[in-house]
Amino acid sequence: MFRLEARPQPSRFWIAVTPILAVIATMIAGGLMFAVLGKDPLASIRMIFWDPLMGEYAFYYRGQLLTKAGPLILIAIGLSIGFRAGIWNIGAEGQYIIGAICGAGVALAAYPVQAWYIFPLMVLAGGLGGWAWGMIPAILRNRFGTNEILVSLMLVYVAQHLLSSMALGLMRNPEGMGFPGSRNLQQYPSAANPELIAGTGIHWGVVAAFLSVIVAYVFMSRHMTGFQIRLMGESPRAATFAGVIPKRVVTFTLGLSGALAGLAGLFEVSGPAGQITIDFASGYGFTAIIVAFLGRLHPIGIMLGGLLMALTYVGGNLVQQQAGLPAAAIQAFQGMLLFFLLAFDLLSAYRVRLVKREHR
Amino acid sequence: MTTLLSLKGLTKAYPGVVANNNVSFDIDEGQIHALLGENGAGKSTLVKMIYGLVRPDSGQMTLAGQPYQPHEPREARAAGVAMVFQHFSLFDALTVAENITLGMENAPPRRELSQRIRDVSTAYELPLDPDAIIGDLSVGERQRVEIIRCLLQEPKLLIMDEPTSVLTPQEVEVLFKTLNRLAGEGTAILYISHKLEEIRTLCHHATILRQGEVVGETDPTRSTARELAEMMVGEALSSPTRKNTRPGKVALEIRGLSARSGNPFGTDLDEIDLDVREGEVMGIGGVAGNGQDEFMLALSGEAPVARAMVRVDGVDVGDLTPNERREIGLLTAPEERLGHAAAPNMTLFENALMTGNVRRNLSRHGFIRWKAAMAFADEIVHAFDVRTPSVRNTAKSLSGGNLQKFVIGREVLQTPRVLVVNQPTWGVDAAAAAAIRQALMDLAEAGAAVVIISQDLDELLEVSDRLAILHAGRLSQPRATDELTMEEIGLMMGGMEAQHVSA
Amino acid sequence: MMDLSAISPAALVAALIAASTPILLAAIGELVVEKSGVLNLGVEGMMITGAIFGFAASVETGSPWLGLVAAMIGSAILALIFGVLTQYFLTNQVATGLALTLFGLGFSALIGQGYTGIKPPPFPRLDIAGLSGIPFFGRALLSHDYIVYLSILLVAAVWYFLKYTRPGLVLRAVGENHDAAHAIGYNVTRIRLMAVAFGGACAGLGGAYLALVQVPQWTEGMTAGAGWIALALVVFASWKPWRVVLGAYIFGGVSILQLNLQAVGVNIPVAYLSMAPYIVTIIVLVIMSGDRTSAPASLGRVFHASS
Repeated sequence: MFRLEARPQPSRFWIAVTPILAVIATMIAGGLMFAVLGKDPLASIRMIFWDPLMGEYAFYYRGQLLTKAGPLILIAIGLSIGFRAGIWNIGAEGQYIIGAICGAGVALAAYPVQAWYIFPLMVLAGGLGGWAWGMIPAILRNRFGTNEILVSLMLVYVAQHLLSSMALGLMRNPEGMGFPGSRNLQQYPSAANPELIAGTGIHWGVVAAFLSVIVAYVFMSRHMTGFQIRLMGESPRAATFAGVIPKRVVTFTLGLSGALAGLAGLFEVSGPAGQITIDFASGYGFTAIIVAFLGRLHPIGIMLGGLLMALTYVGGNLVQQQAGLPAAAIQAFQGMLLFFLLAFDLLSAYRVRLVKREHR
Repeated sequence: MTTLLSLKGLTKAYPGVVANNNVSFDIDEGQIHALLGENGAGKSTLVKMIYGLVRPDSGQMTLAGQPYQPHEPREARAAGVAMVFQHFSLFDALTVAENITLGMENAPPRRELSQRIRDVSTAYELPLDPDAIIGDLSVGERQRVEIIRCLLQEPKLLIMDEPTSVLTPQEVEVLFKTLNRLAGEGTAILYISHKLEEIRTLCHHATILRQGEVVGETDPTRSTARELAEMMVGEALSSPTRKNTRPGKVALEIRGLSARSGNPFGTDLDEIDLDVREGEVMGIGGVAGNGQDEFMLALSGEAPVARAMVRVDGVDVGDLTPNERREIGLLTAPEERLGHAAAPNMTLFENALMTGNVRRNLSRHGFIRWKAAMAFADEIVHAFDVRTPSVRNTAKSLSGGNLQKFVIGREVLQTPRVLVVNQPTWGVDAAAAAAIRQALMDLAEAGAAVVIISQDLDELLEVSDRLAILHAGRLSQPRATDELTMEEIGLMMGGMEAQHVSA
Repeated sequence: MMDLSAISPAALVAALIAASTPILLAAIGELVVEKSGVLNLGVEGMMITGAIFGFAASVETGSPWLGLVAAMIGSAILALIFGVLTQYFLTNQVATGLALTLFGLGFSALIGQGYTGIKPPPFPRLDIAGLSGIPFFGRALLSHDYIVYLSILLVAAVWYFLKYTRPGLVLRAVGENHDAAHAIGYNVTRIRLMAVAFGGACAGLGGAYLALVQVPQWTEGMTAGAGWIALALVVFASWKPWRVVLGAYIFGGVSILQLNLQAVGVNIPVAYLSMAPYIVTIIVLVIMSGDRTSAPASLGRVFHASS
């Protein structure tokens, strides 16, 4: 039997080590899962975690890594700030879609004008769109006490239907020969978000992601508002006593996470994706939740977590192509990672003691 | 008399602390047996072992001659041991009958149970409606629920954990009558308390615990309170002292303060008027749940009220935020240390920043000056003798007394104009309590207006210049402490005199 | 082009009841979980897992009944992962519930690889000797399959259990104040684990109904938010069993109405009609969120007996 004893201080050692343990445990459990599916577990794991970095075609995959990590990090940074305050925006996927629609909307409206200000305007529209979508649960929570988890999630489905309506209707490419989907923004220089350094996969979204890591780090560790956000998450009553106004924190965190998710959507639609299509939303908004926890809601951790998660995406594609593993396997793999991560968290807050023979 | 429960060499250790070390004593049938000790002396651990909530590391118990080793409360109850908890184990949203049935083995069907509740409550003069919702009951009534729950099981041993801490003096009398009657019927009662006078009037025998060990057994009726106190604390304690000061001008003015409680089971505040002067310690007494929390929230700014209801130095502050009030000099320290006055998982320096930012300039342009925050925390730790390895330790790693010293110290060191504290020494060891009371009196002496809300009448009589009683959301006319008798206070607490006399 | 008379009221009610059943089942399970003080946000994941387990098992065995049993067991096991994590490993319930949903979506898609485009064995209807021939009521209320009636029975059972039985009282007590329940001597963890498993089984049954009866086929992510709507229903119902039925039928009504409007070609773009159920859910949440008086007081809080 084992017994838990609360630690008076969270263990710094275990805080740092548990994500690594969780990754290892996921590799083992995932390997078992692959074995059950009839694949060679070692080869699959190597393909996911090693080949994209060091394998034969690594030069190609390494670039993809940053491309995928960018939106994940950008969204997760926003989510993590809300999660720190105990405000659960799980509708980032919806805010991401709306950001993309708004950003693309500006570009499509301006087409074919070529001007320097189009892309900045798109960025603004994308951020504002995501912000507005995030403000819906914020306002409803502040005004009516509505649960932000459920509202933000319902809005994902609304956004998805809006996306398909856009792709099939309003934003459909008039020269697209009836195919669903908008014009390709990559072929519209004023609106395109190109790869900035060839072969690296870095585009403006990736730059924004790394900037957000730095800003969030300073903000959360040095700024009074960041402190108040942490305080609210730690102990809501202590926070009100300390003068934190909960409604403002709700507005701020949901708005901010919405805006960042919206920006991620905008950079994606104008860059790697290139156009508004029915299947534009690829689940970044949900995976970012895992990234936020993987990074322990800490900006630096999120950066590393985002890179790791991007690796599983890229590696997952690789396994899919080369070993014929279903795409869904990677999703299950990511879910498993989150399970292990949460479970191992125990080690930092509690001391596990073996007890010879204890009742119950 | 025959021995009912016998404890032999009970030991229980938790990491870093031995809660009970080789505790042995006997309880006789029909005996009211006091278990006396300071907070942290190991009283709760001991009764938890008797009640089956905790298993001893070593030692034996026998009940009526039979070996007794309860694995869970169910077994304890089956063996005839019942317990009334200090923090009631009641469910606010459920009815009296539902609460009682939850704590019984083989509870009878609903209708029969209601009848039995009525029978017992008439027999012992503890009136109670079985269909009432717990959340609507007063603290005294809630205790009745717990007692009746125990009585319905006809226990051989009744354990009572600090039962009077929440009662008015009159309610205490009724309780003592009930307990004496039970003892007369042969029930043994283990009575846990740190109130010496009570034990001297009620109990037949006392066992005194200090730091987990039995340090003495005595007949409390033949000992003085001072002797008992010295056995309990292990050293002679000095009472707080204070030079006589003349109160200055009014610093805190409360006018017609009415507010709805944010809690569905709370108490609304009703037209409270109060003036507190510089250099004065104002005591607010009353039984818990009579509006203390609401009063506190209205003053701290967590639940703002109309602008003119609260004034500090002539400035209306009723609708200001907590930090705006801090700027003006109205500081507060809430009752609940962990989770309200302090954030449990945050470090002491972060907790210092929590309320100290405004008056101690711990941030510039919104950016935190961590060094200044740490220095402030260090200052509190040194000035108030907070025992902690470092200000980097979390709030929850401190003992109750040390954390309370930190919380009070944090406010006192910000040199408030008005300081309002709620239950400043609740659950705190005697040495820390004395230090805190002294600090509050020193603060008043330095010219601040101090308001102490407390349920501990002895404390209020010791430190405050004037005393008012909160009852059902109304505040009685304040009276000078030295001209009040215990009986008058008791009547005020029962609401007899709480009607407003025109000022 | 638009012909509203093409919508038959009796068929509409019948369809509404059928469409409501999956969320009704999931919501009544979650209600019990929340009454015990646990917030399991993994309903969506448990439903979709139930859907594929039920689908796969009935395709493999040819028996829809075995499919339902498999769905319930599978989802209950998945729920127990959540239960063990939150009750023994003391993880955050919100995060763990989300993990359950994310994992369930991936895991079900993985198992479901080989099952797309297959028809499951048909599910028997309960035809009470000719009763379904009664005009309107026969079609609307009396021509359903067993599960529809079972779902109503289940609600009645949960209502009776919570209101009139001692275990039901204990469960409510644990959700109300887990520290007090522990002090009196109830095993908070065990009671909560049982509630969580029950909630999982109900969600699994709901998911299986979706895949086996309502649609009936397997597609990835086919629950499309039904689990989340079930969660919203519990709030809507203020934790009262019969109001879950009401909420589920309102929701089912909106879904069916919008499908019918799509079918008859109302002049509103399909995408907007498809949004309706989600928007209605939000509106209902807004209206109902003022009333938290029956919310279990310990909902979502971590319990650790420190003694």
